[in-house]
Amino acid sequence: MTMKKIIIAATLALSVAAAAFAEEPSKAAAPGSAPALSAPAGQAAPVVATAQAQTTAPAAAPAPSSGQKRELKTNKVITLSMFSVIIALTLGVVIWAAKQTKTASDFYAAGGGITGTQNGWAIAGDYMSAASFLGISGLISLYGYDGFMYSVGWLVAYITVLLIVAEPCRNAGKYTLGDILSFRTSPKPVRAIAAISTVAVSTFYLTAQMVGAGKLMALLIGIPYKTSIIGVGVLMVGYVVFGGMVATTWVQIIKAGLLMSGAFLLSFLVMAKAGFNPLYFFETIVNSPDIQSHVSILALKDGIILSGVDAGQRFLEPGLYLRNPLDQISLGMALVLGTAGMPHILMRFFTVPTAQAARKSVIIAMFIIGGFYVLTTLLGFGAAINLTPQGIISVDPGGNMATLMLSQQLGADISPILGDLFLAFLCAVAFATILAVVSGLVLAASAAIAHDIYVNVIKDGHADQHEQVKAARITSFVVGACGIVIGIAAEKQNVAHLVALAFAVAASGNLPVVVLSLFWRKFNTAGVISGLVVGTIASIGLVMVSPNMTYPTVVAAGAKKVVIALEKKQAALPAGETLTEKDSKALAKAKTDSTLTGTSMMGLEKPLFTLKNPGIVSIPLGFMAAILGCLAFPSRRSEEMFDEVYVRQNTGIGMAKAVDH
Amino acid sequence: MAEKKYDWSAIAKNPKFVELHHKKTAFLFGWWIFSCVYYFLLPIGAAYTPGIFKVKIIGVVNFGYVFALSQFFVSWGIALYYAHVANKDFDRLTRELIDELHL
Repeated sequence: MTMKKIIIAATLALSVAAAAFAEEPSKAAAPGSAPALSAPAGQAAPVVATAQAQTTAPAAAPAPSSGQKRELKTNKVITLSMFSVIIALTLGVVIWAAKQTKTASDFYAAGGGITGTQNGWAIAGDYMSAASFLGISGLISLYGYDGFMYSVGWLVAYITVLLIVAEPCRNAGKYTLGDILSFRTSPKPVRAIAAISTVAVSTFYLTAQMVGAGKLMALLIGIPYKTSIIGVGVLMVGYVVFGGMVATTWVQIIKAGLLMSGAFLLSFLVMAKAGFNPLYFFETIVNSPDIQSHVSILALKDGIILSGVDAGQRFLEPGLYLRNPLDQISLGMALVLGTAGMPHILMRFFTVPTAQAARKSVIIAMFIIGGFYVLTTLLGFGAAINLTPQGIISVDPGGNMATLMLSQQLGADISPILGDLFLAFLCAVAFATILAVVSGLVLAASAAIAHDIYVNVIKDGHADQHEQVKAARITSFVVGACGIVIGIAAEKQNVAHLVALAFAVAASGNLPVVVLSLFWRKFNTAGVISGLVVGTIASIGLVMVSPNMTYPTVVAAGAKKVVIALEKKQAALPAGETLTEKDSKALAKAKTDSTLTGTSMMGLEKPLFTLKNPGIVSIPLGFMAAILGCLAFPSRRSEEMFDEVYVRQNTGIGMAKAVDH
Repeated sequence: MAEKKYDWSAIAKNPKFVELHHKKTAFLFGWWIFSCVYYFLLPIGAAYTPGIFKVKIIGVVNFGYVFALSQFFVSWGIALYYAHVANKDFDRLTRELIDELHL
């Protein structure tokens, strides 16, 4: 039923887009033309390579396991047309949304006019980043079971959202985290600090997304890194500045629809190959000689010798990738508590009219997100069977390209042109995914700055609707522009840990104070401030001294081991033979690395904190700081106002005022 | 702020409200704790009792796989059960409370 509505909505949006194009060609063409134009300029060579790949691919197809070296080449014409369709569709939505965005409530919360079902799809679209879409299936394709286990926490996180925060936030809040927290505290300091925390979380997450987007687009269609960042950034700013929450919501809904269609299509093809027999599917994994040899190499690292079916079976057992259980538990805590503290997720609950709609939207989102991760298993294992782990590694060592390669392979098995079409479709899904996630983040960060800091701290709440919307638009523009600049500046930085950091800050800083504000009578201003400050600083500080940072002396020590191993290998070779090209390159790199000296950014020789995920320490610290801070400086006013907050959050009495206001 | 004034502390003492929030608190935190315990059994079990995770259940499919998959169904189950209880009990109590207060 929901699928049908989405299809109707998408068709409607398409026709709106077509109409919009006819009416306002100049407006629609501007952002879209940037990536399209720049592509042919610097990319003459890859186009030739594409043509070659097309002719050679069918010849190589019958013997996939013999030639382990693979390539991923997109058909530029088809891919760019699909991108244009998405850009046109979303810009059509923006033009339509811009006409309805008149008040601050329209801009931040779509006027409370999003239905539960729509919001459910939008939450799913807001939440599932390219990392879940490409990264998790890649992990499964290379490490089997551990990739699947990793995906579980991302769904379980929504139980916290559903049971603890969704409905109370809908009932007690308005547009931002600051609104919930400032209800019975001193509004100015609380709003200021809540805004800083929101901007911090959103910036960490946004940076990771932008850098990922730039690299992905560069890899997929050969657009230079900077151009991709600017292209994505311009679209994202356009959606948010002109269309506010309405446009952001629909971009997220369209993306979720595309993502689920892509996942269903590929899973169907994967299962068709296995004759729709799950048991046979798993037997194929265990019996695949390529997976077996891949796993036996992984197992060798632990000094375990595995071969044949035992190695294949090992692929379905834990421990090939996630090797530090404490780190896993720590990440699990950050996910389970952090998702419910993410400002861009919290903000989605202000877009629905009632607590019932908020409840319905989380449940729908849970089915979409969970369904997606279950399908991801099929994609990941399907990629391992059909492409071999060796083939996937040859394109990207992290496995991020597994789903895309799978789409091309499965399509090409039917007809070569279908391979290009599927790949182009999946690339377009990845593109839409990036746009939907970054737009949500920019909107959340701008709402914190414009609504909390400008309107309520600087202007004391005295700003008319026109001024509020203007402030929101200018802020979104500035935030988006900063996002682009940070994205370009961070190209060479290691940003992989930033997503985990965003969740850790949300879990250690935001969630404790939100929960205590809603459920604890004694909670007050001092508690909010100490909780947010300590939780945020603890998470960031622990990551700064964790193994996520680069430690030159540690790198050098590792490189020395590689040098010794490779030199032994060289010595063992028969006279006259030399190391393979790959090995000699690795040796040369290891030799340079082994001379590295110095300390990390924090002046450390080795990590002080051994876990990559700080949650297990920073979350209890955040809770303790919030509780102790509030007990140290009790406030009678906050206690007296608890009845109001508690009645409101439980029943929604008085809520209609908050929406109209 | 020309909003309608509510006597919040009177509502908070209303027996209907007390019943509502007792029922809600017990349900919400109870099931939240259950879901957390069930979830953390997965990484803890995979790390410290890998033997159990390797036991084959159907064909080559082992306990670990079934357990990870069950996480999805347990989460969905809790969500649906909560929706059922909330629609039936919590929403009804809220409506009755609002009717009684003539809001």
